[in-house]
Amino acid sequence: MMKRDECLRALARHCPDDIVVAVYSSAFDWVRIRPHDLNYFAVGAMGLASSHGLGLALGQPGRKVIVLDGDGSLLMNLGSLVTVAAVAPRNFYHFVCENGTYEANGSHPIPARDKVDFSGLARAAGYARVHQFNELASFERNVAAVLAEPGPVFVDLKLVPGEPAPADYDALYAASRRDAFRQALGRAR
Amino acid sequence: MTTQPVHPLATLAGPAPSGAAIIEALKQAKIGTVLSVPDIVTSAGLLFPIASDNSFRLIRVCKEDEAVGICAGLSYSAQRAVLLIQYTGLLDSINAVRAVAVGYKMPMVFMVGLLEKEPGVPPKQSALYGIRIVEPILEAMGIEHHLIETQSDVVKIRPAIETAYASSRPTVLLIGQRPLVS
Repeated sequence: MMKRDECLRALARHCPDDIVVAVYSSAFDWVRIRPHDLNYFAVGAMGLASSHGLGLALGQPGRKVIVLDGDGSLLMNLGSLVTVAAVAPRNFYHFVCENGTYEANGSHPIPARDKVDFSGLARAAGYARVHQFNELASFERNVAAVLAEPGPVFVDLKLVPGEPAPADYDALYAASRRDAFRQALGRAR
Repeated sequence: MTTQPVHPLATLAGPAPSGAAIIEALKQAKIGTVLSVPDIVTSAGLLFPIASDNSFRLIRVCKEDEAVGICAGLSYSAQRAVLLIQYTGLLDSINAVRAVAVGYKMPMVFMVGLLEKEPGVPPKQSALYGIRIVEPILEAMGIEHHLIETQSDVVKIRPAIETAYASSRPTVLLIGQRPLVS
């Protein structure tokens, strides 16, 4: 099984300046791995990462938008898979960090963690391009090709937590971070 | 032709708003995207015409809180949107409204059908519990709201949207009776 931080490091090598929408434990890892003004943190209302990402993708059609969702988070907003598939933005890449738990809330198991098939859910919702990885070497070999595909793309990353990252919620919630994101988008146009 | 009997608590006199006039107000306020879960109050007068109007991008969402996230994402690119939903959906998405619209101070425009509200009756005086609590909840959350009950209320729409975007705050337009199909 992949460690999340190692997996995200592999991803970061292929998206140095893309918009990345991250949530909770993935966000804490990501901000340490790729500190960047184009990091967008969808926290506060759990489950909405893919929806924030869809709005960003529609508003910025010339840039890739990479969503780092959680499995518990996505379960709160499964309908968004259908909405994204219907809108079908070509610049939308939906990664789900599947660790089978609500890690930020005590690592309690998600419902049906041994049964639920996130790739199957995405495929059934209408995503045409769906991938699943559980080995780091395979992910490293394929991530560039995955990001070269037209969106919407769904990627289920089966992983376990890696090296713990500081859970600094204040930093994620900070208004200054949203201002920096907005300014970075303006510079990027 | 029959006329609807006037409700004993009706104090808001006037004809129902024109759907075309509301849509024109949205266009004047530079709304480019409509995010919707269907609502029977606004179905005929607003959603069907919007669905066939190429000047809007209509995104049909599965659940109202999705629309809150999408609207937030769009706002970073200065794209204006309206969430066309029913009050039940507004109540269902309260946490998203709290966190994203209010907490993060995002510009967000909700157009909310007050299902089964008695025509002419102020929402707080409705016999329906669900209707009565909408405005007090918005007030407790510090969210500006406007009742669009009659044609004379349509003029409130554009300034409300402009204010929401100028001040980066949410605003809620409560549709009190079915907009007329023109």
